[in-house]
Amino acid sequence: MEKSYIVKQISIFSENRPGRLAAIAGALRDAGINIFAFSIAEADGFGVVRALVDRPEDAHRTLTDLGFRVSFTDVIGVKMRDEPGGLSEIASILGDAGINIEYAYAYSGRDGAVLILRVDQAEDAVRQILARGGELLKASLSQ
Amino acid sequence: MFWNRAMETIRPDELADLQLKRLKWTLSQAQEVGLYKRKFKEAGVSPDEIRTLDDVEKLPFTYKKELQAGYPFGLFAVPMKKIVRIHTTSGTTGKPTVVGYTRQDLENWSELIARNMTMIGLGEDDIFQNAVNYGLFTGGLGFHYGAEKIGATVVPSATGNTRRQIEMIEDFGVTAIHCTPSYALHLAEVAESMGKTLDTLKTGIFGAEPWSESMRTELERRLGVKAFDSYGLSEMYGPGVAFECPEHDGLHIWHDCYLVEIIDPKTGERLSPGERGELVITPLVKEALPLVRYRTGDVTRLMEDGCSCGRGQKIARITGRSDDMLVIRGINVFPSQIEHVLRSLPEVGEQFMVYIDRVKHLDEMTIEVEMSRAGFSGELQDLARMQKKIAGELHNTLGLRTAVKLVEPGSLPRFEGKAKRVIDRRGAI
Repeated sequence: MEKSYIVKQISIFSENRPGRLAAIAGALRDAGINIFAFSIAEADGFGVVRALVDRPEDAHRTLTDLGFRVSFTDVIGVKMRDEPGGLSEIASILGDAGINIEYAYAYSGRDGAVLILRVDQAEDAVRQILARGGELLKASLSQ
Repeated sequence: MFWNRAMETIRPDELADLQLKRLKWTLSQAQEVGLYKRKFKEAGVSPDEIRTLDDVEKLPFTYKKELQAGYPFGLFAVPMKKIVRIHTTSGTTGKPTVVGYTRQDLENWSELIARNMTMIGLGEDDIFQNAVNYGLFTGGLGFHYGAEKIGATVVPSATGNTRRQIEMIEDFGVTAIHCTPSYALHLAEVAESMGKTLDTLKTGIFGAEPWSESMRTELERRLGVKAFDSYGLSEMYGPGVAFECPEHDGLHIWHDCYLVEIIDPKTGERLSPGERGELVITPLVKEALPLVRYRTGDVTRLMEDGCSCGRGQKIARITGRSDDMLVIRGINVFPSQIEHVLRSLPEVGEQFMVYIDRVKHLDEMTIEVEMSRAGFSGELQDLARMQKKIAGELHNTLGLRTAVKLVEPGSLPRFEGKAKRVIDRRGAI
């Protein structure tokens, strides 16, 4: 049950220099893979590009074949109302549930806004959020 | 001025007798070492066959990798109770070379430093700042005891905290300094930025890395010193093997303690005086670690003309290496050591590149590594941890801080022939 809410994010190692995002995005475009959401985390001279895509397995294979270092990371997507107070509502649920966020990013699409979370115990977090009336993105949407 | 006039200006015929006598003694000392028993046997030569100085050519060379294979104490010719100190130097594949010293070795070594310092006019009126690494590196303690021997006031400042070093020069009235030439330039720059002219400083002794005549001009101008080149290597005690006299035209090699040859590094054949090649040294008075025809890897030539100072044989200033050894901030680094460390880390892929730059007159080494497939968990903090781990492992082995850069797989150059993984962008100093 909880597993069906665990979404596979692809994480791609990238050097911090011009053209690297273009190379990744170009490869996904050529493979006809759609990106819902993405973020870039940056450290000393390198970064990790994180993305939610419609076909994670294909994206993983495509990028790996091109020589990128790619891995899957389990994340969850919490739906938010796309209006003032939407994030606040969700943040209170997470706080009340004692969920510690490692990192997060968000997107706002046709079906509303989604907060993507990387947490320690994903299944536990799913249970807590659902129990407090939160609504989660189904993993099947991105398979 | 002479510290030991008799020895420094010994007549050539007397010197030859002394050298031969000491060479024979060194060979008997070497017979105490398993490596040499084996090497002499393999070369089909017995030390008894060495009857003239030229016979030394019959003896086999000794290579740095053989010293490393004897790690830690396998090459000592005396029992450990006779060893009163050890120093280490970098090996070629991870393990360091351990150099042992008997009490007599330390006495010999400080005598040579005393000769060097006296030769350039230093003595008990001088205040001497020894701004090199103290500890396992030979430059610190080596100069320290030689300087005490001549009665100078020694300031064992060691390295680091450049502003404090400059304050000490000023507050203590330091007249002579010993450091690497690149650190000296850094010191000059910081002193200038502090508005200090370092008026008391008159003499600079620079060694542990090769430096050029244009560097000499710059150091002399900016620090207001006379700059002297110091040559040595840990295997031969440390600094003090050869040193410039006030003529500034070549370095006198201490002929009573070191027998020198210049060879073609490819064929091993001896070259004529004046020809440039690899310096090979047989130490003549070393007790704990006797060596026979040691391949220094340093490129120089024997100078033929006599010197107006009255001392003997000179070698030209070192111009480079016959192997791939790098000197980074005075520390010897072999690319094979870097490779050894990286290959032992599963997170690191096959390819790496090493870049050496000079940033504000100090050497900086940057190592780019490709990550292996296993190395990437997808988490940023794991990457940062890995970067730190690689730098830590390199620091442990090389004794040197390096900047480690993680790069994407496939982004480093691939080599079809001989890999050129080290790019030295420092230029001449």
